[in-house]
Amino acid sequence: MRISNKTVLVVCCLAFSLFAEVSAQDVRVARRSENDPTLSDTKRSIDGYFTKAGKGSVSPGEDGFIRRWLLLEPIKKDIRTNTLFTDSYMRQTFDTIYFKNQFTVVPKDGQTVKVGKDKLAWHALDSKLFNVKLFRFAYGLSKPEYGVLFWAVTIIDCPEEIQNVRMSVGSNSASMWWLNGEEAVFLSGDRRMVMDDVMSKRLTLKKGRNIVRGSVINGPGMSDFCVRFLDENGQPIKNLKISVE
Amino acid sequence: MKRYIISAISAISLSVVCSQVQAQVGRPFIHDPSTIAECDGKYYTFGTGGGGLISEDGWAWYGGAERPGRGAAPDVIKIGDRYLVAYSATGGGLGGGHNGRVLTMWNKTLDPKSPDFEFTEAVVVAESEGIEDNDAIDAGLLLDPTTGRLWCSYGTYFGFIRIVELDPETGKRVEGNEAIDIAIDCEATDLEYRDGWYYLFGTHGTCCDGSNSTYNIVVGRSRNVTGPYVDHLGRDMMRGGAKMVIGGSDRLIGAGHFGRFIEEEGVEKMSLHYEADLDQGGYSVLAIRPLIWKDGWPIGGELFKDGTYKIESERRGYGLELAVDFVRMPRAARGFFNMDENTPVEPVAAQKLDDVIGTWPEGEISVRIGDYIGRPHQKWSVVAVPEAGGTLAGPYFKIVIEGTNRALAATAEKEVTTVPEFTGAPEQLWRIDQLTDGTFRIMPKAVPGTDEKLALVSIADSTPTLAPFDFNNVNCKWNFK
Repeated sequence: MRISNKTVLVVCCLAFSLFAEVSAQDVRVARRSENDPTLSDTKRSIDGYFTKAGKGSVSPGEDGFIRRWLLLEPIKKDIRTNTLFTDSYMRQTFDTIYFKNQFTVVPKDGQTVKVGKDKLAWHALDSKLFNVKLFRFAYGLSKPEYGVLFWAVTIIDCPEEIQNVRMSVGSNSASMWWLNGEEAVFLSGDRRMVMDDVMSKRLTLKKGRNIVRGSVINGPGMSDFCVRFLDENGQPIKNLKISVE
Repeated sequence: MKRYIISAISAISLSVVCSQVQAQVGRPFIHDPSTIAECDGKYYTFGTGGGGLISEDGWAWYGGAERPGRGAAPDVIKIGDRYLVAYSATGGGLGGGHNGRVLTMWNKTLDPKSPDFEFTEAVVVAESEGIEDNDAIDAGLLLDPTTGRLWCSYGTYFGFIRIVELDPETGKRVEGNEAIDIAIDCEATDLEYRDGWYYLFGTHGTCCDGSNSTYNIVVGRSRNVTGPYVDHLGRDMMRGGAKMVIGGSDRLIGAGHFGRFIEEEGVEKMSLHYEADLDQGGYSVLAIRPLIWKDGWPIGGELFKDGTYKIESERRGYGLELAVDFVRMPRAARGFFNMDENTPVEPVAAQKLDDVIGTWPEGEISVRIGDYIGRPHQKWSVVAVPEAGGTLAGPYFKIVIEGTNRALAATAEKEVTTVPEFTGAPEQLWRIDQLTDGTFRIMPKAVPGTDEKLALVSIADSTPTLAPFDFNNVNCKWNFK
């Protein structure tokens, strides 16, 4: 979300005077890392950051981060600045109904919903990273990256009931997360994604199927999130099965 | 005449302001200041948009520094007898306009009035292509003292912070060097080395929103310059981890763009900007703070604040005091063992200045260090003297016995005494630096008859004197309590 920070300074504060006068005699291009997904970005794609979720389930990664998600193509929002991200605004935004069965649906890959005049599709994906790069998801699908609201859903199968767990979330920018229909975590304001930034109160993961649902807002800038569950000792819970069906 | 009156009013206003401000004074208005550089006895910093500030003493700053290329967020480092300046050209647009470039250029001097002042043509050392996971602006330079290799970190919230290696002879990118990702979700980075650790300073929070900015300076560290950089919890900065160094305060909002300036062993400063100084029109200002290191982690200190203190020697823990007759307080209630249960317990008034000052000589009174019990001859009011100028440490202070104008002063014999009236003479003005271990150095602005830089030293448990400062000598350190 914050990519605009320096840019805003450039555009708004110093206008054209900031643009550097470059008369370089030696323009040596800084090479990006070999694994930089955008190196192969000759056409827009999410392949650098996601793979299509397979059948069955996967376990969380070594650090417990949940990387399998159903992501809805971004809902357009009229957001031109992050300064409107007050708690009240965010709660109203996250409480608004945008599509049918928004708080109950467990969609299938490719299923679409109607938001206003837009038909948006769900994508079942595995993130290649510990975090889910929503900006890259939108950009790769040639969808709006800025001024948008993302929705994410995943299914967590728990082999036994686990009490006193905490849902741990980092997001860029504000987000809200629900476990089995109950609000669990609210990340307020204009913020960057940091692992273990905000945690829920003590929760119970019930035996069997648990549904995690999240919504992340993005003004101008990057957008991503990371989610994991920690046990009562603060250790990541890894004996979970994550699926999207 | 009218002009004179206006000047006088301005001087008064400045005086009032100076007694309150906690950032630098003068016209210290800048955004994204580069690391402070010293050149021919003056201090320089460059900012976003071209130009920069110059200071004669490190406390009062004014415009006048010159940097071509405009652009954003420069840094400067002295290598040999030349200065290498890095700055950024930016795409400057929302929605994917992140075509940043980091450029470097040399100059033999930073003084624009010097005949040697001439920047070399800038060369691009790193760049980003619009939509990739990086925005090549906000350069920070480190000349690794262990290897002599030159490194440059750069980037913003738009993707990764990256590091590249430059040639310290040319300032160009080392041939074949590949950029390495070292952090996410920060900007305005700076690399530092200390005691076997590399430190990556960055800025989190919201920039460029004046008094609503939440900018704050954070840090992670690594045994290798290329990372991984982790915070005190072990969180990798590639996952957003970082430890706070300094944030905003009541009147100074949005701390960003760290720079480190080592004056000498144990005396370090950090430069930064505050997005808004509410005491200076809410403008973005340069600030310089003591840099403290605790358990291998940097902490942003505060400018010394006016107040009445016990001046405690780190050597013994005694307090600095006037060498005067000890005046006993009336004995309070006695009898620990036979106290009547019905006896009321009332507060006992502390000894007051008026109770004892009549017993003091009127002329100079020497000082010593003694058991502190909160008596008037042991309480020192430390008050900034704005009109006396300052240093990188802040304004000069007078140190007087509370409730009097009796001032601590350096003597031509390189000793300390007190004089009955503070006059503003240089030997009565004191520079107070918080050291890297959190203790303080106390130095007179001048010692009569010598150009030696001397500090207040506890030469014996009970005897103060003036002597050269040595960070490794506990005698040279003091605490204010």
